[in-house]
Amino acid sequence: MAFGRSERRTSPVEPVTLKILVAGGFGVGKTTLVGAVSEIRPLRTEETLSEAGRPVDDTAGVEAKRTTTVAMDFGRITVRDDLVLYLFGTPGQDRFWFLWDELAQGALGAVVLADTRRLEDCFSAVDYFERRGIPFAVAVNVFDDAERHPAETVRDALDLDPEVPLLMCDARDRASAKKVLITVVEHAAQVAGDRRAAAAN
Amino acid sequence: MTPQADRWYDDDAGPVVRPYAMTRGRTSHAAEGRLDLIALVIAESRGEDDDADVDRTLSPEHLDIVELCRAEPMSVAELAADLDLPVGVVRVLIGDVLEAGLVHITRPVPPAELPDAGLLRDVIDGLRAL
Repeated sequence: MAFGRSERRTSPVEPVTLKILVAGGFGVGKTTLVGAVSEIRPLRTEETLSEAGRPVDDTAGVEAKRTTTVAMDFGRITVRDDLVLYLFGTPGQDRFWFLWDELAQGALGAVVLADTRRLEDCFSAVDYFERRGIPFAVAVNVFDDAERHPAETVRDALDLDPEVPLLMCDARDRASAKKVLITVVEHAAQVAGDRRAAAAN
Repeated sequence: MTPQADRWYDDDAGPVVRPYAMTRGRTSHAAEGRLDLIALVIAESRGEDDDADVDRTLSPEHLDIVELCRAEPMSVAELAADLDLPVGVVRVLIGDVLEAGLVHITRPVPPAELPDAGLLRDVIDGLRAL
């Protein structure tokens, strides 16, 4: 970094940028959640699902969704002039996992979006964040036609650690999506505090 | 199941070769390590350096990057989306304009460091106020 020239003023503020990942299975509503809170239309790279791709991409229960995110989609929230939060939807298919490591690097935390009709779709995301020690919360996107399950049942089915927050949400709803993000950041703050305390001992 | 390397070079993965013509075949840049998706690219103010002769070596895509960043700081991800180019290509192009001294990069919070408690509090407050 060119510290020697940093006194040169270019713009009044150079914001700090942070990112939160939104992970979960194909068609679970990641882009919807990002779009519900982002100040910009989610920017994305999407490719149309081809016939050849169909056996790989099991679309049962996601009838309305015709395309799948193969790279990333993201939104932006300007928290303050000098603080910008980016939300990245992770690729929904396992074959694009090679993109995850880069996305996860330096992430503040993550949301794992779950659909109770296809709960197994989010197992890999839960595993991924657990193994890397990235603070995450599970948000169950309650679809209109899905059977309602108590939070404890979902928690057991996912075998979540007790400290991992789990909440129900409606990914289309701004207030609900906001609550999900706040839950993640609060959890990340908790985890960071615990780790600091552990390191001090 | 075929090995992963065979699996993602399909139509769904999009065009993976052609855009690299813009980078004259380069797929990486020395500055790449600094170009996180959320690193901000900020245009240097014009003035002391006369960039008139630098410009001749730059492609329209390079100049687009500088123009976009002049309006406001742009993240690497936003530049890729705005230019409709793969992130890999945009990284190489940003590396070039960085080398030419036309932009500088902010560094996101280093991944190894725990986020500052005050910063997290600010994020929570900011989200609540949305």
